Amino acid sequence: MNIFSFFGRKQTAPAARERLQVLLAHERSSVGTDLVSLLREEILEVIAKHVQLDADKVQVKMDRNEHVSILEIDVEIPLKAAAEAA
Amino acid sequence: MGKVIVVTSGKGGVGKTTSTAALGGALAQRNEKVVVVDFDVGLRNLDLVMGAERRVVYDLINVIQGDAKLSQALIRDKRLDTLFLLPASQTRDKDNLTPEGVERVMADLKRHFDWIICDSPAGIERGATLAMRHADVAVVVTNPEVSSVRDSDRIIGLLDAKTAKAERGERMEKHLLLTRYDANRAERGDMLKVDDVLEILSIPLLGIVPESMDVLRASNIGAPVTLADSRSAPAMAYFDAARRLAGEDVPITIPGEKRGIFGKIFGRRAA
Repeated sequence: MNIFSFFGRKQTAPAARERLQVLLAHERSSVGTDLVSLLREEILEVIAKHVQLDADKVQVKMDRNEHVSILEIDVEIPLKAAAEAA
Repeated sequence: MGKVIVVTSGKGGVGKTTSTAALGGALAQRNEKVVVVDFDVGLRNLDLVMGAERRVVYDLINVIQGDAKLSQALIRDKRLDTLFLLPASQTRDKDNLTPEGVERVMADLKRHFDWIICDSPAGIERGATLAMRHADVAVVVTNPEVSSVRDSDRIIGLLDAKTAKAERGERMEKHLLLTRYDANRAERGDMLKVDDVLEILSIPLLGIVPESMDVLRASNIGAPVTLADSRSAPAMAYFDAARRLAGEDVPITIPGEKRGIFGKIFGRRAA
């Protein structure tokens, strides 16, 4: 079996290990995607009660690093609607 | 009160049913009262692996629906007095497996047995989440193979989110059981090593079960591998795992190449 390695047959386990590490790091960080879409729906619902707005003008983003999670909500309200509400 | 263990994996075909039967057999041989419960409604197999397929009269769904008493559905193992099986239903609708029913049966089993070992169906659907729901300890069965490791990672996530223990804010005890491990291939660099899998999944190791013909031979005759051939390498691995589950401190030995010159010459055939 060592003869194979002499002729340079590549080991495959290191590749498996690396692929898994990259994939799982990505998947673990995106576990919250369900939560984000849920939040987006509800935020949209609440704001739509008072202001008329475009559904795709509400952006919800979740960023995670080792220490903190940042929830970023970006709501764009059209000028006219904002004036009416005020 | 008995301890509830769920044997789970995410991916199918990695050895959940084999491991459930083997651990059940190993724990029962310690003279503790053990029941193995098949949660794989629709595709039951634990009865077959345990060699009790022709003795099934009532099953888990019958008990949940109140058509049978728990004592009527429990099948006592022919070889071990302390080992019991609660089979899954094959024909009925999976929706009959209700959360309330499962909770009631588990509470009942906990009163009568020292160990309740639940064989989970593969996947992340309702059956799998119901099987893990009331567990005290999870045994995550994983092959040293990319798809199996990835699915185990998903399951570990579910164990931390969707179990009764997690909802109470407690930490779920999780253990890794690495099955179908081939030390030679790992040595050659063509199989993930134990340390690789442990590093990726980062849960404590319960045992390493070597790839072996003995597992298939045991299931062919319908006996847990720990009872069929208790001297075989996989059986020894399961005995050690069972002792660790019972709280004993057993050092982990990674099955390695221990062959001499003859083994090296003739070894490849076995591997």
